[in-house]
Amino acid sequence: MSSQDIPEENLPSTQDAHGGAVTKTAGDPFADPGLPPHEPRIQDVDERAAQRSERVVAFLFLLSMLATVGFIASYVSLPVDKSIYVFPIGHISALNFALGMTLAVALFCIGAGAVHWARTLMSDVEVADERHAIAAEPDVKAKVMADFKQGAEESAFGRRKLIRNTMFGALALVPLSGVMLLRDLGPLPGTKLRKTAWSEGKMLINQNTLQPLRPEDIQVGSLTFAMPEGMKEEDHDFQQEIAKAALMIIRLQPENIKDKRELDWSADGIVAFSKICTHVGCPISLYEQQTHHVLCPCHQSTFDLSDGGRVIFGPAGHALPQLRIKVNDKGYLEAMGDFAEPVGPAYWERG
Amino acid sequence: MSTTTTNQSGAGAPGRRKAPAGERVADWADGRLGIYSLAKANMRKIFPDHWSFMLGEVCLYSFVIIILTGVYLTLFFHPSMNEVVYHGSYVPMQGMHMSEAFKSTLDISFDVRGGLLIRQIHHWAALIFLAGMFVHMMRVFFTGAFRKPREVNWLFGFLLFVLGMFTGFTGYSLPDDLLSGTGVRFMEGAILSVPIIGTYISMFLFGGEFPGSDFVPRFFSIHVLLLPGIMLGLLVAHLILVIYHKHTQFPGPGRTNKNVVGLPLMPVYMAKAGGFFFLVFGIIAAIAAIASINPIWAIGPYRPDQVSTGAQPDWYMGFAEGLIRVMPGWEINLWGHTLVLGVFIPLVIFPLVLGAIAVWPFIESWVTGDKREHHLLDRPRNAPTRTAFGAAWIAAYFVMLVGGGNDLWATHFHLSINAITWFVRIGFFVIPVLTFIATRRICMGLQRRDKDKVLHGRESGIIKRLPHGEFVEVHEPLSQEQLHTLTAHQQPQPLELEPEYDENGVARKAGAGQRLKVKLSKGFYGEGTQIPKATREEYEEITSGHGHH
Amino acid sequence: MKKLSARRRHPLAAVVVLLFALAVTGGLYAAFAPADTAKADETAQSLAIEEGKKLYSVGCASCHGTGGQGTTDGPSLVGVGAAAVDFQVGTGRMPLQQQGAQAPRKKSIYTQAERDQLAAYIASLGAGPAVPTKDQYSPDGADIAKGGELFRTNCAQCHNFTGKGGALSNGKYAPDLTDVNPKHIYEAMQTGPQNMPSFPDTTMSEKNKKDIIAYLDTVNSSKSESPGGLELGGLGPVSEGLFAWIFGLGALIAVAIWVAAHTAKAKKS
Repeated sequence: MSSQDIPEENLPSTQDAHGGAVTKTAGDPFADPGLPPHEPRIQDVDERAAQRSERVVAFLFLLSMLATVGFIASYVSLPVDKSIYVFPIGHISALNFALGMTLAVALFCIGAGAVHWARTLMSDVEVADERHAIAAEPDVKAKVMADFKQGAEESAFGRRKLIRNTMFGALALVPLSGVMLLRDLGPLPGTKLRKTAWSEGKMLINQNTLQPLRPEDIQVGSLTFAMPEGMKEEDHDFQQEIAKAALMIIRLQPENIKDKRELDWSADGIVAFSKICTHVGCPISLYEQQTHHVLCPCHQSTFDLSDGGRVIFGPAGHALPQLRIKVNDKGYLEAMGDFAEPVGPAYWERG
Repeated sequence: MSTTTTNQSGAGAPGRRKAPAGERVADWADGRLGIYSLAKANMRKIFPDHWSFMLGEVCLYSFVIIILTGVYLTLFFHPSMNEVVYHGSYVPMQGMHMSEAFKSTLDISFDVRGGLLIRQIHHWAALIFLAGMFVHMMRVFFTGAFRKPREVNWLFGFLLFVLGMFTGFTGYSLPDDLLSGTGVRFMEGAILSVPIIGTYISMFLFGGEFPGSDFVPRFFSIHVLLLPGIMLGLLVAHLILVIYHKHTQFPGPGRTNKNVVGLPLMPVYMAKAGGFFFLVFGIIAAIAAIASINPIWAIGPYRPDQVSTGAQPDWYMGFAEGLIRVMPGWEINLWGHTLVLGVFIPLVIFPLVLGAIAVWPFIESWVTGDKREHHLLDRPRNAPTRTAFGAAWIAAYFVMLVGGGNDLWATHFHLSINAITWFVRIGFFVIPVLTFIATRRICMGLQRRDKDKVLHGRESGIIKRLPHGEFVEVHEPLSQEQLHTLTAHQQPQPLELEPEYDENGVARKAGAGQRLKVKLSKGFYGEGTQIPKATREEYEEITSGHGHH
Repeated sequence: MKKLSARRRHPLAAVVVLLFALAVTGGLYAAFAPADTAKADETAQSLAIEEGKKLYSVGCASCHGTGGQGTTDGPSLVGVGAAAVDFQVGTGRMPLQQQGAQAPRKKSIYTQAERDQLAAYIASLGAGPAVPTKDQYSPDGADIAKGGELFRTNCAQCHNFTGKGGALSNGKYAPDLTDVNPKHIYEAMQTGPQNMPSFPDTTMSEKNKKDIIAYLDTVNSSKSESPGGLELGGLGPVSEGLFAWIFGLGALIAVAIWVAAHTAKAKKS
């Protein structure tokens, strides 16, 4: 594609005339010399090059057609669950890959063809368009102002104040109906956020085995998740309830518990904390058994479970609520009531 | 009118040549829609050629792709939170309890042929749409394209970006998977932190306690109807204004504030812009074929007591995520009420930081007092204060993105998550300031180089030995085109306070606003903020003065 | 370079050189020292405990004490059981190269036979979980879906939804579980190595563990399927966002440059 093979006489001679027209503005070296003269492309002067471009564009469009045929063929022939290994992507769905690649080629080739056509075969002579000020001419403005004034006067809007004021009143009130209609979007908060499914005497059910937990099941350094007795995944309100009641249970050596209340509320060193972060409510449970810290995976609030669930890092504002538990006469762990404070994120009425 | 009317019966008669079909259709339409007048103004409309002017098209086309694929997805998606048990073809989910929304998304991915592809195109296009808007906005900002008469269009664009973020967020939440559910939970926590009305908004939004069974259908209508509807309206207005204002252009020979130089819509830009749509679509389709996005089958259905580490939102919400992650946990309890500053402050800073870039055009025009129309773009170096502000804003944004991904930074660079959090806490205040200072200095350095080039010419790389043994580099003088391009920009001068007494000796007190304006103006354009560009006198003195330069 | 040589005579130069030298020696020592101790022994199986004790006193006693009672540098090993030894030594975490936030996984320096001897010795110090047998941890016949649910409840919070790992506080981390030997996964759940909590059989049954291993084997091994294409590390939106910016927007900008660029002219000016 070099210019060497283009005979010199093919280059338009108008160029010099054009170039000569640009006057070197005398005096000011920085003056605008005006649009530079147009220079022809290879395709403008060499018909063979232009034909090459044409063939390239046609080839791209043809390729697009073939790709669409390929798309239909793969849609029809490939089973939806077939997996293939494509290096270096991995084991992927054959259908997704085939459909995606054929669609990509079909689309890309149309675009590439059109752009190549525009770049090589359509005129590339740069043209200047005049701009016009966006603001109106003064006489237009005067006309508009006069029209407006006339219209306003004819409406008697400024004169008949009673009409104006009552209309504003009506327009201001009518959206209230719309606001009212939003009332039934949901119930009022009430004390819903203060209560959970835990209550006195409810046993702690292991979420893995769905069996009630015994203290001897829980070793120092282990982590167990529990829900209140009587809760089932099929329940229609399971999601709302587990969102507040989720519990994590760990066991510490009683001498490692630094907080007195925590020790009082534990059973044989077994402590039960809410699994719901007090920051914005993620299920926090990244328990580090050597440090007794628990980290939230969402925003990295860190709580010390050996010190009353105190916040030691991150954006949470208060300690994790602890559930008071004991061992009942049958030897199972049970709650001695609901959480003493609301679980989960803080809110205005929390206090 | 026609003489042939009398001769209709003659079959082979040389009647009036019938207009071609296309023309007849056009005539029909013109008689009803007035298309010829429209075409007269627009068919040969000129668009300037520059790659950065195509960024807006990236956004436009990815938006169109999102709508096309989104409509397809609605044919299969069930926006319902009714609980079902899965018995579809994906084995590791067999027998799991999940919402219908999650199940139908699994079905789209595994049972509808091509469904996975369309889902992936939709999601990839959304990420690219937002990234495209971000870069497009920055292009407009750094070249000063937002100046009069385009301030309103800047705001339209900004609103599109913000609405795009929320449309993305609501869409990301629809499959009701564990990752997005965690995001919705965060959103609920953030709403709860709003003083006084937080709990009420939360109850109304979720139809009761979180998660309830309403938010997916509600988010669905917001995601497919409300927000895209507003966006479509804004988009049309944005495009109409682009056409009405005509495109901006970079300074150069023959390019003035009164014209626009480029290639005509018909045919060149029809082919280029039309073709670009297919290029964008093709590239996004290829990405969707190659790379997995949001594999909800690996993430699992949402349960409020389950979570995965690395719980992040899509990138455009990463900035908000960073704010919420690095904020200290402040909480005030007074008179039986709780003010959750640890969550509420980030919630307030989020719109403030975004808004800072949105109001810049108005601040800049107020400070400069410039009321003229601007159609010639600034090279970023020629507006050092603006460029430095933009760079500082991006720095703040990216520091927060780092904060939003602090856990992945920690694992992939073997750092402590606590150290990164502290770095971001301090960096949010320090790094933008450092960026501001550094960027302004770099701009001035570039201005100096431009001035040097204008006065002494381009360094040719040719070393010449002079007769007396000295080595010099030959500088080639610039062409007039280049000289013009490098000196075409204007350099605003700082405002001065008017003298305390006017010519009649009457005291005149400048208001606080006026003082602030003058102060800011000095900061923008005063000493040490720009290099005076080469003057004609300097140029002539040097070019005529001595033999070599 | 000029600047460097000019600062050679700076008063602090000697300190810098010294620190550098110390770091290099220390690093080299850390890299090679433990490897040498590995070649210490080769013995017959019969005197497993006796041989294990020998191995122990060479490789482990400096931190864990001569009788496994623990020191300030390492915890007591009495009662951790054979499973803990098999995990820690089998995954190369022990012996530790250097004190740090957490012991990283590396190539084990002991043979299986040596590990068994060590395990036998430690088990003799106090009762603890035994090394699991093949049918305990083999994923055959397990419920993959149930395993997924158990994984999301018990494990995903630290190890990510498909076991790609994640960050813990102060530089600690939950490791990536890709292609980890099922036996080691089983042992880790049972013994709770380092900061990982344990999930003993009393709270997470053998069957539960098997289900979890089967789930991991399906979604997180090098032969796992990723129907949508590249997994991008399985890290979620952060890597997806990076991919969209770099490859998505990057490709689009490259194409935009081509679309807007001027076509080559016939005559070079």
